[in-house]
Order: sequence, then C-alpha cells, then structure tokens
Amino acid sequence: MLTQTTTAVPTMVMVEIMGKKHQVPQGITVIQAMWYTGHELIRGIGCLGGVCGACGTVYRTKNSFELKNGMGCSTLVEDGMSVAMIPHYPASQARYRMSELQNAKEDLVTYYPEAARCVNCNACNRVCPQGIDVRTSVWCAVFGDFQEVADLTINCNMCGLCVSRCVADMAPNLIALYARRSLGVFYQLRPQAVLERIQEIEQGRYALEWEKILPADEKKLKELCVKF
Amino acid sequence: MDDLKSLQKIVDDHRESGKGQTLPLLSPEERDTLLKQYHPDYRADAYRPVRIGPNAGEKTVHEVADLLEGQSSLGSASGGKEIKLDPSYTVDVLVIGGGGAGCAAALTAREQGATVLLATKLRVGDANTVMAEGGMQAAIQPEDSPIRHYLDTMRGGHFKNDPQLLKVLVEEGPAAVKWLLDLGVLFDRDETGLNLKVRSGGATTTPRLLTCRDYTGLEIMRVLKDALINEDIQILEYSPTIELLSDPAGVCTGAVLKNFDNNQLIVVAAKTVILATGGSGRLHIQGFPTSNHFGATGDALPLAYRLGAKLRFMDTFQYHPTGVSYPEPMAGILVTEGIRAAGAQLLNIKGDRFINEMDTRDVVAAAIIRECREGRGIKTPAGRVGVWLDIPMVDLVNGEGTLEKRFPNMMKQFSRYSIDIRKEPVLIYPTLHYQNGGVQIDVDGESTVRNLFVAGEASGGLHGRNRLMGNSLLDIIVFGKRAGKAAAQRAKSTSQGQLSLTHLQNCQTQLKKAGLVPRTVSPVLIPDYVRREEPVSK
Repeated sequence: MLTQTTTAVPTMVMVEIMGKKHQVPQGITVIQAMWYTGHELIRGIGCLGGVCGACGTVYRTKNSFELKNGMGCSTLVEDGMSVAMIPHYPASQARYRMSELQNAKEDLVTYYPEAARCVNCNACNRVCPQGIDVRTSVWCAVFGDFQEVADLTINCNMCGLCVSRCVADMAPNLIALYARRSLGVFYQLRPQAVLERIQEIEQGRYALEWEKILPADEKKLKELCVKF
Repeated sequence: MDDLKSLQKIVDDHRESGKGQTLPLLSPEERDTLLKQYHPDYRADAYRPVRIGPNAGEKTVHEVADLLEGQSSLGSASGGKEIKLDPSYTVDVLVIGGGGAGCAAALTAREQGATVLLATKLRVGDANTVMAEGGMQAAIQPEDSPIRHYLDTMRGGHFKNDPQLLKVLVEEGPAAVKWLLDLGVLFDRDETGLNLKVRSGGATTTPRLLTCRDYTGLEIMRVLKDALINEDIQILEYSPTIELLSDPAGVCTGAVLKNFDNNQLIVVAAKTVILATGGSGRLHIQGFPTSNHFGATGDALPLAYRLGAKLRFMDTFQYHPTGVSYPEPMAGILVTEGIRAAGAQLLNIKGDRFINEMDTRDVVAAAIIRECREGRGIKTPAGRVGVWLDIPMVDLVNGEGTLEKRFPNMMKQFSRYSIDIRKEPVLIYPTLHYQNGGVQIDVDGESTVRNLFVAGEASGGLHGRNRLMGNSLLDIIVFGKRAGKAAAQRAKSTSQGQLSLTHLQNCQTQLKKAGLVPRTVSPVLIPDYVRREEPVSK
C-alpha cells in the first residue's frame, strides 16, 4: 500500500537486514524493505514521516568502514548495505516535576551529573540523523544558556541515537529536553496578550455576542462572516 | 526523472511573472459544484449505509462500515463467559491512546486526584500530534476574538459544526495556550521575545496560528510526554484496546487490552474510560495514501459503536490537498499548508494556476483532483499523478532564507532524496489526512454511552464537515483536558461497575437480524503492509 508498484520489473538490490541477506527492489526505504522481506513491525515504527524518532537505524554501505545512521522510514536501501534498527536505547532519565525545581540551571547537574562529562569527542554530532549540533547543546545546557539549547535542538526527534554513541554515557536528547522545558517554564515571560484574553473571556466580555451567534442559522452565520 | 526535470521548467519560467498574483476565491455556488463533482466525499460508490447500530441507515465509506459491522476479536456470542474478566488493573480513569489528547486527558485527570492508567498501542507520543506542522490556532491577538475564530471555523466546516463544542474550543483556546506554556512548550516569539508570533492559515480571516517553526506538534508532544512520565500515572505501551467493557445496563466500566509482546489479554476495570485513539488514515479510504502515523486505524470507532455510542459526520474525511506524490518513498507525506500560506503556488502540467491556494482544504483538494482527472496532471515514474507545488516562490516572495528558517523540517525531508525545495517545485496530490467526524460527544467529552468519554480526532462534531488548519492541535488540548477533568470528577461519585461483554451479544443479534457476515475483525490495530510471498528464483 505504501509503495505503489508498477508493471515494470524493479531493479533488485542486496541488503543485509539484521544479519540476513535479502533481495529487495531499489528505491524503497529501510522500513519498506523490512515489510518486503516479511518483517512485521511493531517496534521501530511510528509516524513514517521522519519526526517521531521511533525508527533509529544504523547501517554500513558497500566498501566503506563508516558506520552511518538514519531514520528507517526515510533512509533508502542501496546494494550491499547492511542495516539494523535500534528502536530504543537505554538511557538514564531523570525524574523531576518542573513545578518543584528550585533553580533549573543549577539543578541540571543534580539531575544529569553526567552532562558535565563531555570530552568533546563529537560522536553525537556525527550520529545525529537530524543534523543537530548535539555537542554544543550539551555544553550550553551545562553553562545555563538554555535559549541556545532550544534553538539548536528544535528538531530533535528523541530517537536516542546520540545516547548510543556517547562515550560519557549521557543522554543529550533528554538533557536538551530538560533545558528546553525549563526555559519555557522559568525564563520566558507569559505573553501579556494571552493573559489579557483569558481574563476578558472569564469576565464574560463576549457574552452578548454569543447570545446572538450561538442560535444563528446557516444564513445568519454567513451574513456575520461577511463582517470579517 | 529526466522527464520530470524537463516538465518542471514550465514552473520555473512562470515564477517571476506569477509572483504576488492571487486568484479570486470561488463563489459559494462554484465551490459546491466543484466539491460535488470531484471531492472524494461525494463519490457515491465509495459509500454504503451502515446496517446495524446507533447510526443504522446512515452512509459512511466501505472501509469504516466494515469496521462498524466487524467482529470483535474476542468472538461473538460468548458474552464473556469464556473470557475471564478478572482485572489486572483497577483505576479511576483509563485513558486509551498516548497522543496529544490522551496525554492532556491523563495529566488533567491526575491533577484532579484520580488514579490514572494510560494504555496505548505503540509508544506514548506515536500519534498524529507529533507530525502536526502547521501550528495551533488560538485567538490571542487584540484584533482577533473568540467570535472571529468561531465564525472562521464555522465557514471552514460548512456551517455544520456543533455550536456548543465550537464555542468551548475558541473560548478555552487562550487558556490552553497558557497551560502549554506553563508546561514548557516553546512557541515562536516575536523579536522582543515578549509576544507569541502569529501566522496565517488557510481559510482564516486573520493570522491566528501559533507555531514552533514547522515542528509544532513535535514540540508539544515532546513536552506532554515528558510531563506525563514524570507524574504518578501508570503507563502501558504496546497494549492496544481490543474491546470495551460494560455493565449489563450498558454503562462503560473498563476495557480489554492486548499485550503485543505475549498476545495475552489485559483486563482493566475503570470507573470512567477516555478514548483518545486518534484518526483513521491508515484505513486508506478509497485507496488514498495517507499522511497519518502507522497506528491510525480508527480503533475508537468500532470500540465505541459496539457499546452503542452514536457517531457523527462519518461520511466526511479530510483529504489534505498537498500530500507528496514524488519521490515515491515520501508518497502521502504532508507538505504543510503553511507553505501555501507563505506564497507557494499550485500549477498544472501546462504551467497554469487553477485555484486560490488558500481556499478551504476540501476545495483545493477537489481542484487538484479535477486537474489530474482531466489530464492536466503530471505522471510520476511509479505511476502516481500530481500537480506542481511551486515552493521556491516562498523565498522569492518573502526573501531568501525564509524556507530554511521557517520550514527546516520540509527542507530536510526532501533533501534526503536530493530535492532542494528552495530551487525546485515538488509534485503533490491530495492525501488522506483527517477524520472530520467521529464519536459524538458533549462539551465534557462524554459520548452517548455513560462513563465513556472521547477526545481529539476520535470524536466528531466540532469540526463540522471540514477541519481548519491549526484547530486540531487546539482540539486535543482543550477537549483532552475537559474529558480528563470530567472523567475524574465522575469517577469520584461512581463505584466500579460490573465487567461484562453483554454488548457483544447485542451486536451479534443485530448482525444476525440484518443477515450480515462480518468482513473483518475490528479494530484492525495495525495496517498490513507485509509481503508474504516467497521470491521466485529466475
């Protein structure tokens, strides 16, 4: 269903999936190759659109020693590829309630002491399928520049591949999430416009208009729409 | 490939002259004619009346009718006699579904002091929420108002929206924004950092969309999931619900889940149940590709229906105008409406524009289908068809760097297939995107079955016959929270009811009376894409 097949005979490529060699059509993704070869996927599958982080995948390509990473839903197979999926990677995840933090910037190293252990090896940056400057985000988190963390990591899909390669055993994605949430909760002002509108509504500012609009039939509603 | 490259030249040639040109909106009569002729909702042969249950006699698509007339995987006439209904979990509130609506419901129910179990088919966060790119509507601007939001949404929904539900949505919008900010959601801000940025969306009369670039759903989902796992809420992942439970009077009292790891049943006794299982794009209604996540198989529909809950608007689905039709691995994936709002134009094979890009989604989708059906579409190597979406126009209109800054996700997704959307148009065709209807609810999210609440895409009525961009993210927060609160409060005054499957016997009787043999087991849980033939050696 996901891939339309034409009557033309597809070119086949050899792909090693989780240690077994298979022939699959060229031009399909790793996940589609798994379906093609009979794998029923429950883990390692989510949005199929590259943003949910469920289908973290590691692979090597023909004649290259380099270990590569991508999302299984948007990585194309190629001849001679060897691939394995990592739907989950063990990570140390702190337990906290935002409302109970005293000083979010100082507390970071209480919840994630390993954050200070970065040795600048840069493995996280090489592994990130989203192209995030993970290493800088970790340092910014440690130094309390949460705004920079937020800007750097907006597209983090929480796949956890960075955790799999970190020599300091940390989970940079979870550290970034802590910093991002703290930034919003403690270091950004609540917009006045939002607060004022909430108050207006609570005080019944629109009550009279609702009396007119709620019972309106389609014809009347169309007339009201013209106003805007 | 070369073919497409040469065909796209006509789009490049049009760009300079087309800049800033707006096509007039269609008149109401023209819209009606276009929809009736080309929108999939009007294809008579795709529909049939449901023959049993609370909506008997009403039409829906075959794919949904099959689910509603389907067979429970617990069998039919047993009435629960063969299945031991000893609960493994006993809670106040059972939330089914781990997307935005489910998380908002669970957090709110817990806040009210209820014991909460959240059970979900895949992982928490595996939901359409995470993919929402366009943003979230909320009337927070001084020149805007809940009234204006109401009227815009009504017009988008063809004036069929439930007035009471819609009033709640628009009035609680600003408070929902604050709730998210308080959890740590980082909406885009203006240069001063003091105000939230608002953007335009399709068919809205004023900018009202709050965004986190084109990762709005991802940002909201990341935060909700983190908030959820840090609360005292039990979570069961990889445990889809296969049947609801009721007492002999038909009041909902719990659910039967299936543990995907060992295929064993898990019985949950709950004073109230909240269904937040999302939409149904993975049913591939009328053969359409879909933008939906892997688990979007409309599970709430048969579950609630068998218990006697009434559905609404099950004859209308949203086909998002701009789903990718090339490259093939991206087929069905969404190109956000925000791109059209920022100036991207639609062109047919002749390089002609054919519709105002900012008309409602159903109208734009119908116009694209018309172009393709009448031979003005472009064929892809895989045999699909589409029209051009001239994305580079966005940078031409708004200045270089706009795409990179505002649509990094879109850039990245296409770049994986060596397509640079700053320089090249892409091929798009409508993709099955949203279930406009669903289980009927009142303003507290309760269905017509007592103690069964429904929130988010699984529910129906709020969006009328066509949902506006940005109203879904707001829906899941506002109604997720309302359902969570109401379910928790109801649980306080309710004692745990008896667990039975008597409703299955009723369904069986109705099926028999109608002379129906179920065509499928429902809910289907997982779409079946697995190829089972052995390769033939040449």
